[in-house]
Amino acid sequence: MELVRSHVLVCGGTGCTSSGSKQIIEEFETQLKNFDIDKEVKVIQTGCFGFCAMGPIVIVYPEGSFYSMVQKEDVAEIVEQHLLKGKIVTRLLYKETVEEDNVKSLNEIDFYKKQHRVALRNCGVIDPENIDEYIACDGYKALGKALTEMTPQEVIQEVKDSGLRGRGGGGFPTGVKWDFASKSVNDQKYVLCNADEGDPGAFMDRSVLEGDPHSVIEAMAIAGYAIGANQGYIYVRAEYPIAVHRLQVAIDQAREYGILGKNIFETGFDFDLEIRLGAGAFVCGEETALMTSIEGRRGEPRPRPPFPAVKGLWDKPTILNNVETYANIPVILLNGAKEFAKLGTETSKGTKVFALGGKINNTGLVEVPMGTTLREVVYEIGGGIPNGKQFKAAQTGGPSGGCIPADLIDTPIDYDSLIKIGSMMGSGGLIVMDEDTCMVDIAKFFLEFTVDESCGKCVPCRIGTKRLLELLNKITDGTGTLEDIDEMETLCNTIKSSALCGLGQTAPNPVLSTLKYFRDEYVEHVVDKKCRAGVCKALLSYKIDADKCKGCTLCARQCPVGAISGKVKEAHIIDTTKCIKCGVCESTCKFGAISK
Amino acid sequence: MAEKKVPAFQGTKEQEAQLKEVIAKHKDSKGALIPVLHEAQEIYGYLPVEVQTMIAEGLGLSLADVYGVVTFYAQFSLYPKGQYRIAVCLGTACYVKGSGDILDKFKERLGIDVGECTEDGKFSLDATRCIGACGLAPVLTVNDDVYGRLTVDDVDGILEKYGF
Repeated sequence: MELVRSHVLVCGGTGCTSSGSKQIIEEFETQLKNFDIDKEVKVIQTGCFGFCAMGPIVIVYPEGSFYSMVQKEDVAEIVEQHLLKGKIVTRLLYKETVEEDNVKSLNEIDFYKKQHRVALRNCGVIDPENIDEYIACDGYKALGKALTEMTPQEVIQEVKDSGLRGRGGGGFPTGVKWDFASKSVNDQKYVLCNADEGDPGAFMDRSVLEGDPHSVIEAMAIAGYAIGANQGYIYVRAEYPIAVHRLQVAIDQAREYGILGKNIFETGFDFDLEIRLGAGAFVCGEETALMTSIEGRRGEPRPRPPFPAVKGLWDKPTILNNVETYANIPVILLNGAKEFAKLGTETSKGTKVFALGGKINNTGLVEVPMGTTLREVVYEIGGGIPNGKQFKAAQTGGPSGGCIPADLIDTPIDYDSLIKIGSMMGSGGLIVMDEDTCMVDIAKFFLEFTVDESCGKCVPCRIGTKRLLELLNKITDGTGTLEDIDEMETLCNTIKSSALCGLGQTAPNPVLSTLKYFRDEYVEHVVDKKCRAGVCKALLSYKIDADKCKGCTLCARQCPVGAISGKVKEAHIIDTTKCIKCGVCESTCKFGAISK
Repeated sequence: MAEKKVPAFQGTKEQEAQLKEVIAKHKDSKGALIPVLHEAQEIYGYLPVEVQTMIAEGLGLSLADVYGVVTFYAQFSLYPKGQYRIAVCLGTACYVKGSGDILDKFKERLGIDVGECTEDGKFSLDATRCIGACGLAPVLTVNDDVYGRLTVDDVDGILEKYGF
């Protein structure tokens, strides 16, 4: 094996790739050749480091120097100063790692300090397109242990004992699911992976697939051994091209090494995997719909029972787990259920990955022990809200979840606490909202999403969500009544109790939770015809402050409908009957005289 | 919904040969339809009824089955896309950071609505589901190029880059 003195790790996740990390890798290779040190320094493209806000990210080992927002032009300097002369380029380091005469390591900065990376253990550490690097990090050791030292029942017991619950949203105990499927008697069973990460604002599954695809393959083979299946499918979104590519590379490598295929590790166990691409239907994240989609049909859900563990894909017993759930499995088998269960709360064991986004300083992926409070995630890891704005709410669980208001910010994040306050874990999207976000508008945003994505099979979801959206539209248009709010509540509860699948049953949650915590905003829209966040256009009216207006006429010239009039050097006025509320006047005024 | 005009089908012999190859490759595997549709859309750029008919015949399905699947999934398009496919992400993270305004600006500049294509066939506009680049929100893609951390003021520059 070739020995090198330094490693340059460049993030190749979707976030950093979008910020130009590919060009940075090429530039490193060119510059290393220029300085004739390309034999001593190795450049590796890794998976996501999680700190997408600071991308593209480059880490140089052995020093562990954390360069952030690196541009192509910076590369030559890093190569010459750091890699050739041994002088770290402090100017380019993430500023929080730089102290006087001291450079802090990655794990000491606020963003990483509180994190515990279990599912993301290899993301940003290894080259996802190189199976040897995975193996060097104890990869496929858990599969070996399961196949050679454990019976299928022991594997299931270990997973049960760990307390692992499904990370895709529902939180069903994984071991129990496996147990059901193992007890179904059939000549053919299937193991499926749900990588149809449809929740807007969640991208942890994508990061695992991009950064550590082998961990999912290993876990699926273990699941196959546990329940007695020899074929698996990974259903992944077509919107994730990098993830699909790396997954395929990983499957091919695993086959070549004999880790997938016939007679794995010479134990007589056969297992193989195929990728199936999604085609852009949110409902296919629902387990029965996903199976119908793999079968090549319209992805409509079907009633349960029979449960997939009895009758799933092609009517055969099937288990379906989410990417992040699988990523935990090798760790559980290697370190033992007890060790895994040390992290987390009484009923929610282990860690959870969250995609931190929206109005927050440190956007990115964070993995924290279950039970960490929202406050810790938002303020300590996330670095708070930008521009000195106030935290208003956090949305978890995507279109199936709800909003957590500021006074519940000390809620521990685990399955049961979130359900109790009317939200849910979901797949782990955590969108932070500040005072500029209108809660009625957010409820409408999610309803538009579910109306669009409703498959149309059952009436409560197809028609109920549509009616709900119409009522919301009335409210944001300023034509709603107080009775509409009550009617919405009734409708929500009806849909919840009568829809066929998880999509419909949870679709009213964004409305219910905002009604619960932000009812005053709904009432304000209806009674005062006012949107305090200034989002609902129909309820806005722009006005010019006569004291601040200098009569420069700029706004009058920019107004596309000629709604502003006034003489030069005199205060102008807006004719609200003509105004279309486009906001051009406000953004062009140099004196801050126009407000809404 | 108003009926959109579908331009006359202009598939070539080469494309047809490619499609036949794809069908032959998947024909005997279970659940072949969706993978075939994906690859057919790669070849033709969209899935007009002529292509759907060839697929139905090749796989031994009815045209209704194929049409049912094509119209169910958002990824499959019955209409041709532009040379430059602009897709503005309307995931939650992008939405709360103002991607709705960016989409509106594109509509205004291009004079087309979501799902439409400019008359010269150069630009098409879509509102997409979360592409998972939430760290860079708001985000849009033009073909395979990704643009992040955008504001409404970036719209003109992006259009200019593609010769608008």
